[in-house]
Amino acid sequence: MAQSQIRNFNLNFGPQHPAAHGVLRLVLELDGEVVERADPHVGLLHRGTEKLIEHKTYLQALPYFDRLDYACPLNMEHSYVIAVERLLGIEPPPRAKYLRTLFAELTRIYNHLMNTTSMVMDVGAMTPMLWGFEEREKIHEFFEGVSGARMHLAWFRPGGVAFDMPEGMAERILAWNEAFTTFLDDFETMIDENRIFKQRTVDVSVVSQEQALDLGFTGPCLRATGLAWDLRKAQPYDAYEDMDFQIPTAKSGDCYARYLVRMAEFRESQKIIRQCLENLPDGEVRSDSRKIQAPSRAEMKHSMEALIHHFKLYTEGFHVPPGEVYAATEAATGEFGVYLVSDGTNRPYRCSIRSPGYVHLSAMDTLMKGHMLADAPACIGSIDVVFGEVDR
Amino acid sequence: MVDFLATYLGTPVLIVLHIFAIIMPLLGSVAYLTYAERKVIGAMQMRRGPNVVGPFGLFQPIADGLKLFLKETIIPTGASPVVFLAAPMLTFILALVAWAVIPVNDGWVLADINVGVLYLFAISSMGVYGIIMAGWASNSKYAFLGAMRSAAQMVSYEVAMGLIIISVLLSAGTLNMSAIVEAQQGLWYAIPHLPMFVMFFISILAETNRHPFDLPEAEAELVSGYNVEYSAMPFALFFLGEYANMILMSGLATILFLGGWLPPVDIAPFNWLPGIFWFSLKVMALLFVFIWCRAAFPRFRYDQLMRLGWKVFLPGSLIWVVLTASVLTLTGNLPE
Repeated sequence: MAQSQIRNFNLNFGPQHPAAHGVLRLVLELDGEVVERADPHVGLLHRGTEKLIEHKTYLQALPYFDRLDYACPLNMEHSYVIAVERLLGIEPPPRAKYLRTLFAELTRIYNHLMNTTSMVMDVGAMTPMLWGFEEREKIHEFFEGVSGARMHLAWFRPGGVAFDMPEGMAERILAWNEAFTTFLDDFETMIDENRIFKQRTVDVSVVSQEQALDLGFTGPCLRATGLAWDLRKAQPYDAYEDMDFQIPTAKSGDCYARYLVRMAEFRESQKIIRQCLENLPDGEVRSDSRKIQAPSRAEMKHSMEALIHHFKLYTEGFHVPPGEVYAATEAATGEFGVYLVSDGTNRPYRCSIRSPGYVHLSAMDTLMKGHMLADAPACIGSIDVVFGEVDR
Repeated sequence: MVDFLATYLGTPVLIVLHIFAIIMPLLGSVAYLTYAERKVIGAMQMRRGPNVVGPFGLFQPIADGLKLFLKETIIPTGASPVVFLAAPMLTFILALVAWAVIPVNDGWVLADINVGVLYLFAISSMGVYGIIMAGWASNSKYAFLGAMRSAAQMVSYEVAMGLIIISVLLSAGTLNMSAIVEAQQGLWYAIPHLPMFVMFFISILAETNRHPFDLPEAEAELVSGYNVEYSAMPFALFFLGEYANMILMSGLATILFLGGWLPPVDIAPFNWLPGIFWFSLKVMALLFVFIWCRAAFPRFRYDQLMRLGWKVFLPGSLIWVVLTASVLTLTGNLPE
């Protein structure tokens, strides 16, 4: 009898797949149920964001950032507005800094809600997802309250934020912040010590600290390996200097550790939100430089200069002095960096984006090798990839 | 009329009527089990569940059934059509024929045979063929993996289930379902055999491919498993078969451990109610736990499931069989 060749089984995990978090196409080479090789394909959601930005004024480029990681839109804007501010050499007023910090943390909760609950759903428990989405809905309402949009806010602007919070919003956020603890407690009781959940995630996709650094991990994925690296502490921006919070870490670097870090970050974000709201300074929310911020509608009615500024800002945009800058913030997923090169015109000469999801996705093969097919969703869930950001 | 039913022609008619009397309520229960599941899970997940079609969404199962009935049956190009269509039929038929030996009340059973437990066991073991055939004939990788998992899972849990049932049989001394229920007069087997009852319940979760053992249709990794290529009525048959099996297995657990149609205590207000009421109540309670598990637990991984089946349940039930036999022999209570 002729010797028959045993060939490994190739499985296309995605791009249309309920656990692929968007348009991930993951080609898995399976030996039975064991993954021999995982090959993530990128580019199915490529929209040429970086190139598009080169043809837009600095203000027009801003909404593109919401559409990168649509699970944490404001974190994306944050890096960009800080980069532009550094090029312009301006500082936003203190109230704007606090508002940006406040909403960056709300966005972090918003993102982690999506990530932790969908990771839990990927390993089979579907109830937390529906509970979490109710909380997410409440955050959507805050977003809508400040910017008018529920998801793609475009609310952070170079030099501050677009509008101040409406009246009563601070109290509503504070009340929600307190009530959110109950949700977290419920969620933790249900999942944290669940034996099946632990069996599914402990020791799955382990990365050591050294490996994590070599692979370029940032954010919760890096902190899950025990390194307390957080840009909010390491290079404080906006109002993070004044905030009192801890950097949660875990030791083992597996899926469970990444999950636990995110769960702990919920509570730290809650602390920051409380501090922001309690110490929220009064005053302007946008820089007073008329070369960057449009004048108020009322002012335009009687000031010729204001009218000219308004016209120039919305036709030509503002000019940014030549130079280059790299600004990074701690997005919910990791270090989200924007590298801007300005040639002195009203458009960026080059805008390069460092997205954490792309880096984490590239580690897929390291994370998956030798694990079972059923671990793939847990692993994808734990590294928190969003394809808007990976493919840009 | 009575004369006609006693003739050679009448007997089959009587049997057919019997069968209808079992199948019609069964299919109704299956339909409303899906409704109950959606409502109960909805409540647990802080949402409403179906509430649009009819009052409280009560016509939702009918609308769903009608939708599936009117859809086109799609047979994939690569599939083997005969096996592809035979698989859901087999699953559905097996889910129905098993009901022949289930006594829902004293004497309310189609075939009161002496090997009822063996018959039921044989039928439920065949259920795996439907799934394997579906997975193989679909000619799809996801369906194939799902079918392989399902086969392994059902086979391994049946071994444990068999041993668990032996403990009950040792105590009852019969394979006849009605006699097993009668033997529980006074003391349900769930009490002396509590660990076995728990293990039996977990095994039937695995046997019916329900959460947390729903690996064959693990949505996250296999999309929908063995039935991914199915549409319209063939899909509906799988679905009906799965839910009919859930009811069947709950019924079996009720008969073996919860005293079938017997009331909890045989005193005045309880034994006024008909046996069918108690039987249904117990089955519904078990089904509620089925649904509850689905809302509460994450899913096991393939290897963990196998480990639980072979390394925990099998030795555990074996030890219990030996223990039961020893205790019964030593105390002289072994039934004739």
